Amino acid sequence: MATLEITTHVDARGLSCPMPIVKTAQAIKPLASGALLEVLATDAGSVKDFAAWTRTTGHELVEQSVDGAVYRFVIRHK
Amino acid sequence: MTLLAEPIAPPIPVEPSPAAAPQPEGEVKTKELIIVNWSGELDKVWPVMILSSTAAASGVRCKVFVTFWGLLPFVKDQKRIVGENWMQKMLTLMQRPGIDHLKLSKMNFMGMGPWMMGVLSKKYHVASPRELLEAATTLGVEFIPCQMTMDMFGLKREDLIDEMGEPAGAATAIAMMTEADASLFI
Repeated sequence: MATLEITTHVDARGLSCPMPIVKTAQAIKPLASGALLEVLATDAGSVKDFAAWTRTTGHELVEQSVDGAVYRFVIRHK
Repeated sequence: MTLLAEPIAPPIPVEPSPAAAPQPEGEVKTKELIIVNWSGELDKVWPVMILSSTAAASGVRCKVFVTFWGLLPFVKDQKRIVGENWMQKMLTLMQRPGIDHLKLSKMNFMGMGPWMMGVLSKKYHVASPRELLEAATTLGVEFIPCQMTMDMFGLKREDLIDEMGEPAGAATAIAMMTEADASLFI
């Protein structure tokens, strides 16, 4: 797997729907095309929500994983 | 800066996103969602705030037409009784305006219901209508007050929060809805 540099982190742990998405949208806005952003969330709905959100916005969900109750998403700015 | 050479857990396979596919030639129209915010009740204003902020966060242009009881939550915090005649004043005496004073459409129980909803939402870290309204306006959701409701309730533009757009009427609402990709009446 290629080594990628994450420039922005969003800590949405403990937040409920829709704030993980809202905070991610605010954080990704100023980034350049191709920039990588990491989101940590504990909302169980976020797995489906981040898939839907990247589909709607066109940003790319490049990686997702779960560690205990923490979901981690890596998103590339379109 | 973090290096991703070692993921903290085995990655879940990501389904390819259809939107990531090459777009056809020509300009792609931004999707648009219109919400008519009519009720002014906590259990209806809350989802309006959730859906509008999420739409804007998803790159969907969102406009909310604010009419009838739905207008009262958009009265400025420092205003308590608004209106020009006694009947208009009575309305806001009976239903306190402002985003923090919403009643439930069911199980209101003299304010017990909304109080419990507030406690539960804090416990489960659900953003309040006020926080969501701030997020929505920051993300560019346009809230359009209904001029006819403003006249009937005796509301002046300066009674409403500054973030609202210019007042408009039903024809504007219809044009917005027919031009949009989806419309909701909540």
